Amino acid sequence: MPAVSKGDGMRGLAVFISDIRNCKSKEAEIKRINKELANIRSKFKGDKALDGYSKKKYVCKLLFIFLLGHDIDFGHMEAVNLLSSNKYTEKQIGYLFISVLVNSNSELIRLINNAIKNDLSSRNPTFMCLALHCIANVGSREMAEAFASEIPRILVAGDTMDSVKQSAALCLLRLYKTSPDLVLMGEWTSRVVHLLNDQHMGVVTAAISLITCLSQKNPDEFKTCVSLAVSRLSRIVSSASTDLQDYTYYFVPAPWLSCKLLRLLQCYPPPEDGAVKGRLVECLETILNKAQEPPKSKKVQHSNAKNAILFEAISLIIHYDSEPNLLVRACNQLGQFLQHRETNLRYLALESMCTLASSEFSHEAVKTHIETVINALKTERDVSVRQRAADLLYAMCDRSNAKQIVAEMLSYLETADYSIREEMVLKVAILAEKYAVDYSWYVDTILNLIRIAGDYVSEEVWYRVIQIVINRDDVQGYAAKTVFEALQAPACHENMVKVGGYILGEFGNLIAGDPRSSPLVQFNLLHSKFHLCSVPTRALLLSAYIKFINLFPETKATIQEVLRCDSQIRNSDVELQQRAVEYLKLSSIASTDVLATVLEEMPPFPERESSILAKLKKKKGPGAVSVTELEDNKREGGELNGGSDRGPDTSAMAASNASTPSPSADLLGIRSAAPVGAAPASAGSLLVDVFSEAGPAAPSAAVNDDGFLRDLEQPTETSDSLLVEGSGDSDSAPPSEDPAAPLPEADDLLNKFVCKNNGVLFENQLLQIGIKSEYRQNLGRMYLFYGNKTSVQFASFTTTVSCPGELHRPQLNVQTKPVEPLVEGGAQIQQVLNIECLTDFSEAPLLNIKFRYGGALQNLTLKLPVTINKFFQPTEMASQDFFQRWKQLSQPQQEAQKIFKANHSMDTEVLKAKLLGLGTALLDNVDPNPENYVCAGVIQTKGQQVGCLLRLEPNAQAQMYRLTLRCSKDSVSKRLCELLAEQF
Amino acid sequence: MCRGGVGRLISSGGEKTVFSSKMQFMLLFSRQGKLRLQKWYVPLSDKEKKKITRELVQTVLARKPKMCSFLEWRDLKIVYKRYASLYFCCAIEDQDNELITLEIIHRYVELLDKYFGSVCELDIIFNFEKAYFILDEFLLGGEAQETSKKNVLKAIEQADLLQEEAETPRSVLEEIGLT
Repeated sequence: MPAVSKGDGMRGLAVFISDIRNCKSKEAEIKRINKELANIRSKFKGDKALDGYSKKKYVCKLLFIFLLGHDIDFGHMEAVNLLSSNKYTEKQIGYLFISVLVNSNSELIRLINNAIKNDLSSRNPTFMCLALHCIANVGSREMAEAFASEIPRILVAGDTMDSVKQSAALCLLRLYKTSPDLVLMGEWTSRVVHLLNDQHMGVVTAAISLITCLSQKNPDEFKTCVSLAVSRLSRIVSSASTDLQDYTYYFVPAPWLSCKLLRLLQCYPPPEDGAVKGRLVECLETILNKAQEPPKSKKVQHSNAKNAILFEAISLIIHYDSEPNLLVRACNQLGQFLQHRETNLRYLALESMCTLASSEFSHEAVKTHIETVINALKTERDVSVRQRAADLLYAMCDRSNAKQIVAEMLSYLETADYSIREEMVLKVAILAEKYAVDYSWYVDTILNLIRIAGDYVSEEVWYRVIQIVINRDDVQGYAAKTVFEALQAPACHENMVKVGGYILGEFGNLIAGDPRSSPLVQFNLLHSKFHLCSVPTRALLLSAYIKFINLFPETKATIQEVLRCDSQIRNSDVELQQRAVEYLKLSSIASTDVLATVLEEMPPFPERESSILAKLKKKKGPGAVSVTELEDNKREGGELNGGSDRGPDTSAMAASNASTPSPSADLLGIRSAAPVGAAPASAGSLLVDVFSEAGPAAPSAAVNDDGFLRDLEQPTETSDSLLVEGSGDSDSAPPSEDPAAPLPEADDLLNKFVCKNNGVLFENQLLQIGIKSEYRQNLGRMYLFYGNKTSVQFASFTTTVSCPGELHRPQLNVQTKPVEPLVEGGAQIQQVLNIECLTDFSEAPLLNIKFRYGGALQNLTLKLPVTINKFFQPTEMASQDFFQRWKQLSQPQQEAQKIFKANHSMDTEVLKAKLLGLGTALLDNVDPNPENYVCAGVIQTKGQQVGCLLRLEPNAQAQMYRLTLRCSKDSVSKRLCELLAEQF
Repeated sequence: MCRGGVGRLISSGGEKTVFSSKMQFMLLFSRQGKLRLQKWYVPLSDKEKKKITRELVQTVLARKPKMCSFLEWRDLKIVYKRYASLYFCCAIEDQDNELITLEIIHRYVELLDKYFGSVCELDIIFNFEKAYFILDEFLLGGEAQETSKKNVLKAIEQADLLQEEAETPRSVLEEIGLT
């Protein structure tokens, strides 16, 4: 068809377009346009009524002018008039104009809606489609109000033409996305699901987008779509390339529909029905197999369509995260793509592998590609591909390869594109911190970062290195030495000066013994940088100087002179001047004792989340760091930072022991395998002896031996070693070793579950423990899921639940059955606990878990998140009642109150969600101050009911809360107050 | 013992973010950076649209021929391909499938090609309204509505037939826009 035949309907338009194209300058174009606008305006305003054709032509010209980038402020009415023309082309142009230039003029919307309504009821399929396209294109709330109930009817009516159904489905989808509240589920929903079975592939293609969106919001209502989708997919996947006629695209049967089906399945967990699941796994295997077959065409469209399905299938496999076999196959397939000659495939393989790296089944398989990925980072010519490679390295990093990856990322930083440097810096800093086993490596890495990419090192990064050095005395000397050396460079980055100033000011004394870094040498080195630095850095250096005076009295005279000189004491910057004056005075007046007190070494920083992570998260959005990864990091960050309740080395060592079977664990394994004659009977008995009086008296030699060993052990999960190995036959008896003390973080973990019932309770390198729980009155049921994250079997897996105080006066009754003693690598086992609350309680039950991993006994104790509030029954009451009861509970011991700083967001919705999660009823319109929250509930125990009233008063300005509880039992007030103060 | 994923507890617990797959917009522009067609599937102000267009045209034109067809841009993924003098450029969301989007572009080009008969940039300039009609038949609200080439063209040609029946001959003067 020659091109001209298509536009000949409106030759005037073509002439106008030609004119515009012939304009030699922007001015000429504007002039021509203005002339045309004037012409159209006069036509529209003229006395002579325009016929439909002219209206269409002028409206079309306006549209063209708009699309050139000019504003159009008239012509809408004429376009609306065209909508009611009964000539198809006029109507069509009218709709196009409305779709492109929609205006929120309400008067017009009513007219447009009216026209649409007429077309929808015209029973003319072409008109109906036009109207539906217009709704889908505009998708405004007004349109949703007008048509949200009409379109479902059209969609499922038996006599609707296929093409209209297709438009109606996608039109409804658009309305649902704009105004989900207006699209009501109803009888039509089940019929929509069955469109997946429709004979017309186009109808299925359109309907599935709608079904996917609806399923995400209402998964239960659309559950039946899973089996329908699987059978449809199976039919497509197994069809020959010619079966689907025009829906076959370059020898690939229905690629778009296949991708959408696979996407729909990602809204659901793996099918429960074995047959459906089997069929689906078969589909996924076929898709993976097809990737290995020789291509049916050399065209890139063929391989793109085929691989589009493959990548979508891999996404589904990753989503299920339960088929190790498929995950590893997916990983191998992606590994092939990493070296493909198509840049697009390399890019996508890197991207997809990033998600595979976070699955415990495929993490190891991903790691085998490290060299290829490093190579990609070095050699890819396209920055977006290099970016993917860097992301993947970040994702595949763990303790085993952290040094290599960090080194590669550092060396890449030297030449990295400016656009990605800051993010790379953050990632290096996070990895270095997360996987630091020895802290000198961490310090080296961060100082290298500053050296290589100082401009991109944000405040957070250098703050963090200082926090860590301050909190860990084993690295302070090394840090001082290294930073001193780094400062020797003739040109060093200002960030280096900041770190140097801070660290030498605190710990310069640790290297002052060496004449090459004597106090004066240190001072002169720092001061040589002073004049090149910005005001904040100079201020920091002045503080370092006064610390020097305290550390090294011999530098006092020199430093005082510096402080006294005009450029300091009369500095035009107020802050610098003030510091110089005050420090000078302080150093001359104060006695050594006072000086030593004022300028004491900084106390350890409180444990906190790494600010770097928060920054990366903000920068990259949720895509970059997954939530679990963040939490993971938070925990590890805490470990690094909070050396207070463990020896300085323990956390790092314990962590490294936990991550991989360390040589020492292997040794123990060997030892346990060898039958050690007499040991078993005697070995475990010491503890039994001490704690329960039940065990037989042990030969004294053995006792001494074990006791000695025990003293050496750290109280961590990997520790019990020898002692434990001895008691290898403990399966029959209750475990003879002492359950470990609760983890230091057990309380924090417990606090996470006060306002929620489900989630991951605990996770380390070996084990993940998930929880689901439900409570009714004074009874509860808790499901514990123990997941083996390694590929090695856990043996002698036992769990014990103990309730504090049970000897004298049972508060809780917890019943459970023993779990199976073997947990295969990658498997998950479940345990059900039945809980009965007998009376109110404060201490959570303890869960002790023991198992052998590679021969070494793991022993850890957690607090089970059973807290008193779980037994709340919400109580609704009116304002009057509430205050009456409030007054009744007026004895001082019935009330518990706490004022505390906000630790989390003070957002209203977040607070409401937490208070509801607490189990009480959240009462509206009770407190005269609408900012405050009041709640009421009754705690159900077997023996009694305890009424509780709660009032939470946020002060957004001060970021503080006042929490008040009044309960009919004082111990409950107290406990609830403690629990809740940690939640907000 | 259930051989299930350790992570499953989380994914079925509703904590996973809900993703909605959707094309955000499609732009056609020339090597000189002139916009030839724009289709927005999300409500944005004219000002925002212009800003996005300007930035994106610049970004894409700056890329070298052998580079990959995907890039991250703001929080979206951009999928683009050049056909002769025209760039076709789609923005999709994080969870969306890049390759299938690339083939959406290709199928659209095929549809234009079949309809105009070896399409060139001029066809799209002079018959921009047709380019829009074809796109609406193929994609609606950012989702594939009908992927069969035959069915899309059938719908458009039926409309053209309606047009020819309806048109009455015009005077020459009127045709060349002098009225």
